Amino acid sequence: MLGFLTRRLAGAFLVLLLVSVLSFGIIWLVPGDPAAVFLDAGATPDQVERLRRELGLDKPLAMQVVEWYSRILKGDLGRSILLSRGVTEAIIERLPVTLSLAGISLVLSVVAGVAAGMVAATKHGQPVDQAVMAGALFGLSIPEFWLGLVLIVVFAVQLGVLPTGGFVPPTESITGWIRSITLPAIALAVVHMGFIARMTRAALLEVLSQDFIRTADSKGLTRLHILLRHGLPNALIPILTVTGIVAGSLLGGTVIIEQVFSIPGVGRLIIGAILSRDFPVIQGGLLFVALVYLTINLLVDICYAIVDPRVRLE
Amino acid sequence: MPAPLLRVDGLEVALASTGATIIEEVSLSLEPGETLGVVGESGSGKSVLALTVMGLLPRALARTRGNIQLGGDELTTLSPDAWRDRRGRDMAMIFQEPMTALNPVMRVGHQVEEVLMNRRGMSAGDARRRATALFERVEIPEPARRLAAFPHELSGGMRQRVMITIALAAEPRLLIADEPTTALDVTIQAQILDLLRDLQKERGLALLLITHDLGVIAEITDRVLVLYAGRVAEVAPARLIFDAPAHPYTRALLASRPALTGPRDRLVSIEGAVPSVGAMPPGCRFAPRCSFAIGPCMTAPPALIACAERHAAACVRVGELG
Repeated sequence: MLGFLTRRLAGAFLVLLLVSVLSFGIIWLVPGDPAAVFLDAGATPDQVERLRRELGLDKPLAMQVVEWYSRILKGDLGRSILLSRGVTEAIIERLPVTLSLAGISLVLSVVAGVAAGMVAATKHGQPVDQAVMAGALFGLSIPEFWLGLVLIVVFAVQLGVLPTGGFVPPTESITGWIRSITLPAIALAVVHMGFIARMTRAALLEVLSQDFIRTADSKGLTRLHILLRHGLPNALIPILTVTGIVAGSLLGGTVIIEQVFSIPGVGRLIIGAILSRDFPVIQGGLLFVALVYLTINLLVDICYAIVDPRVRLE
Repeated sequence: MPAPLLRVDGLEVALASTGATIIEEVSLSLEPGETLGVVGESGSGKSVLALTVMGLLPRALARTRGNIQLGGDELTTLSPDAWRDRRGRDMAMIFQEPMTALNPVMRVGHQVEEVLMNRRGMSAGDARRRATALFERVEIPEPARRLAAFPHELSGGMRQRVMITIALAAEPRLLIADEPTTALDVTIQAQILDLLRDLQKERGLALLLITHDLGVIAEITDRVLVLYAGRVAEVAPARLIFDAPAHPYTRALLASRPALTGPRDRLVSIEGAVPSVGAMPPGCRFAPRCSFAIGPCMTAPPALIACAERHAAACVRVGELG
């Protein structure tokens, strides 16, 4: 188990190194001068020169590399040009928003998706199965911004039971937080729910056709016991895989939904930076998203090893 | 003669989709403490017979005719849940491939204990003690440590011993073993057969042993049922199958065994192939491959004809050929 962990950590470190190189290189891949690009045509050469110095672009390349790595190793992602504040701070400030939205929609989609997939698999080929699969496909096919807008129209505008948008931190008011997060979380969960339901069903169907399920059946155990103790544990690896993918896409920024519900999350921060060519934030955001994905992947790998003893040997 | 524990009468199993029969008119009886061997080639329906008795037929197959009685109770009229309740407690089954028959992500000890807890109402502690004792009985070394192993950490022979433990855990009266030694290497095969025979004696189990291996038959069975293309060809005491086979198929089967001594000739095989499901000949199913076939063999399937005490063969020429 220890060797397994070490190998996974080493792999994650390598990927992170690669991403840091890429993210440093972004600024050099921009055609022309990044400072001039940010300031656009109207800026005086003097202003451009000042920004170049601020971004450290006037120093030799080797020097810039050394500075970049000594900064990011300390967790300092530089200063935003536009917001005139630290990139790290800006991300950390928006993290609780993204975490609560992503966390709640992840729990919703996993619980509902796995349950629906299990029902469909046990009723394979029956109307219930077809209904669940049709629902899942429908959920998968709905654009999330459209669903978000429909939810706003129905629950916020017509029924008036929930706010149309904005975010209330849980430290300020728990009920306000729940009310502000409900609609965006549902809009996000519906899509991922369908994805997880289909994956769960497929994985379970495969498992339920295996010999050891027949053995469990020959023991005279109840169908529910067989499903929960023999079926589901063996189907967990693909379920964990999709859960990891879903968690990554939720945490890495849910730009559209944040926009629709005017939620100040990490996704909006990064999109804003891209639109205004705020390079330090783009670079920092890239590193942050990579770190999120790697952490999730590592967690998923550890879960694999917990769930299936054979994985530990690999 | 004691009352049979298991009685199968006129059993017919067919494909649910086309209605083509897999087994037809199979009848057998099995007494407590008795071992009945079922032999046949691949596709003769012997595994289907075992699964039908257990009530474990896959959805693609369905029992279309016949009765199955266990200890005097009719099983075929039971609801699926009532049949399920008989499994494990009254009858248990050992499968051919011990690697895939065990849950790969559950410790083997727990796979035994869940039977004891769920089917015999034992507490977790009692189940653990009982499982340890059972592991000891089936000669698994270091039982306490092996309980915590996962299937992939055990050898094929050990896994099959675990399967046997699972089957015995709820103390069934009928044990069905479907090719229990086929997937194992030869030295282990003998050990597992010995173990099965000892356990069967010790517990007075009725053992239905499915195999294609005539050596296994000679080793541990009391009586033999020969299946060919889903129908009973011959049923006889084990000794008579070897000494006085009555059905031409049984004879051909015996003749195709390679001899260990004497000159190494070409292996003898039976001409032709087993007819396929849905394309069975109208008469005796063996007739197209039988060198003794005559006119009546081609028109109607022959009934079982008694040729000695407890010995019968489904061949119209039983008398002449004997």
